[in-house]
Amino acid sequence: MSDIKDKLGMKSKQLGGIAAIGSIKSLTLIIFLVLFLILGKIFVEGIEVINWDFLIDSPRNNMTEGGIGPAIFGTIAVSILMLLFAVPIGVFSAIYLNEYATDNLLTRLIRASVNNLAGTPSIVIGLFGFGFFILVVGKSIDHILQTGLLFGQPAMLWASATLAVLILPTIIVTTLEALNSIPYSQRAAAYGLGATKWQTIKYVVIPQAKPGILTGVILSLSRGTGEIAPILFLGCAFFLPELPIAQINMGLFSIPMINPTDQFMHLAYHIFILATQSTNPALTMPIQYGTTLILIMITLLLNLAAIIYRYKFRKTLEITGKG
Amino acid sequence: MKEVKIKINNLSVYFNYIQALNDVSIELYANRVTSIIGPSGCGKTSLLRTINRMNDLMHGFRLTGEVLIDGVNIYEPEIDVVNLRKLVGMIFQKSNLFPKSVYENLAFAPMLHGIKDKKEIEEIVERTAIQAGVWNEIKDRLNENALNFSAGQQQRICIARALTVEPDILLMDEPATALDPVSTARIEELIFELKRKYTIVVVTHNMQQAARISDYTAFFYLGHLVEYDKTTRIFTNPANKQTEDYVTGRFG
Repeated sequence: MSDIKDKLGMKSKQLGGIAAIGSIKSLTLIIFLVLFLILGKIFVEGIEVINWDFLIDSPRNNMTEGGIGPAIFGTIAVSILMLLFAVPIGVFSAIYLNEYATDNLLTRLIRASVNNLAGTPSIVIGLFGFGFFILVVGKSIDHILQTGLLFGQPAMLWASATLAVLILPTIIVTTLEALNSIPYSQRAAAYGLGATKWQTIKYVVIPQAKPGILTGVILSLSRGTGEIAPILFLGCAFFLPELPIAQINMGLFSIPMINPTDQFMHLAYHIFILATQSTNPALTMPIQYGTTLILIMITLLLNLAAIIYRYKFRKTLEITGKG
Repeated sequence: MKEVKIKINNLSVYFNYIQALNDVSIELYANRVTSIIGPSGCGKTSLLRTINRMNDLMHGFRLTGEVLIDGVNIYEPEIDVVNLRKLVGMIFQKSNLFPKSVYENLAFAPMLHGIKDKKEIEEIVERTAIQAGVWNEIKDRLNENALNFSAGQQQRICIARALTVEPDILLMDEPATALDPVSTARIEELIFELKRKYTIVVVTHNMQQAARISDYTAFFYLGHLVEYDKTTRIFTNPANKQTEDYVTGRFG
């Protein structure tokens, strides 16, 4: 009897395990607590200044009053343009790498470059954007089209292009994973029915990889929205009460369009200048909290969308795995 | 009266430096079921995939010799692989239906190959499903996800899908391995039905299955064709000692 009790009794090894689990749990709790405190403070302070006027008004009175309308507009406009640059390039690069490229020195170099690009500090990418997009590409366009100084200066167009460079690796890597997760048997089914390689990719692989690709796009969107270092030198304006909009004349009426050659305001940059460049930081404090809350909420919403997409994606994968 | 549908002359298949098939010559007959048996790694699947050029997609694939279908060498440069695969349908070990509705699965190939008329596609869906013996089970559930059906039903939908391109030849790579006995029996009955219209080549690990469904049986071992004869002969009075040992279960 005592023998069995000896065998079934708790060993010191197990006690060590319990202690480890306990400390892991408490560490996790600490992380949650810190996150909760930060978000809680921002939420409580920020919610007080947020109202409809705050969302649409321009800053007034040396930024101590008014809203953040132009900054919200600028953030959204830059993000949309960024996706227009990054998604086609990223998705098609990934399709090439996964479906067409053979494994050789060149493609391995490309893959390594993509991974390195993901690890490049964002300020370096910002400097690259300034040097490449404005001084090389922009100036050349101005020179060729004889447009004076239109493209060769900081503008939303180049800020978006630079942000696109920043998020490109995320899009490529997530798309690669999504394409990779489509089992070979699915491709074999299409080939077996006489589909060409492109038809197989277009009708079988991409539709099934779509949720995964979209998850990557949204995650990179939420990253690009919060980044400020890459666009510091690329047209992010200190104060710009007018929205960067151009009216395009269509005969009887005109359509307002985002003007990509204009400068713009940006939420993340706005927080930065309110906190450090303002003549009276104490007065701008409530607006800082409000702006931060809006930025966090935009990012949070985008992440939420990503999570919902991934959930749907997993569900289709489960079905594919059955029988 | 038996007519030769597929004629393979001195076929050797390599994947990089590994030789999967060694100097195989065989004639497969139209409207007959031919079983290919042999232990794992003997080259059964490689042979099957050579007939619809599925091996072309494999890395390092190379072959010598000829594969003739109706007298035409399918490895001639002017042969379009896409058209070949319409002529030679393939069923895989595990159902690989697309995670779409049954209807979309069956309409996939016709639409891919340019049929636009909705009525025509519906006719193809119904005809092939009837041929594959699965129409009664799917006709009221055409818009349901194909992956909601049982494994046996899925495999028969796969067969229906393969028939939608109107092939002459059906290649089946262990079509019933993953199925329960009842579903297996249905697939076997189906194969028996289908041979009236199609030439069928089945790779199987199941000796009894080979004996039940096929008219001819080829025994492969280590990439060589050891023996090829009428199924009844292979299973009752094989000429080769190795074949006898294998079909009686003494090795493999």
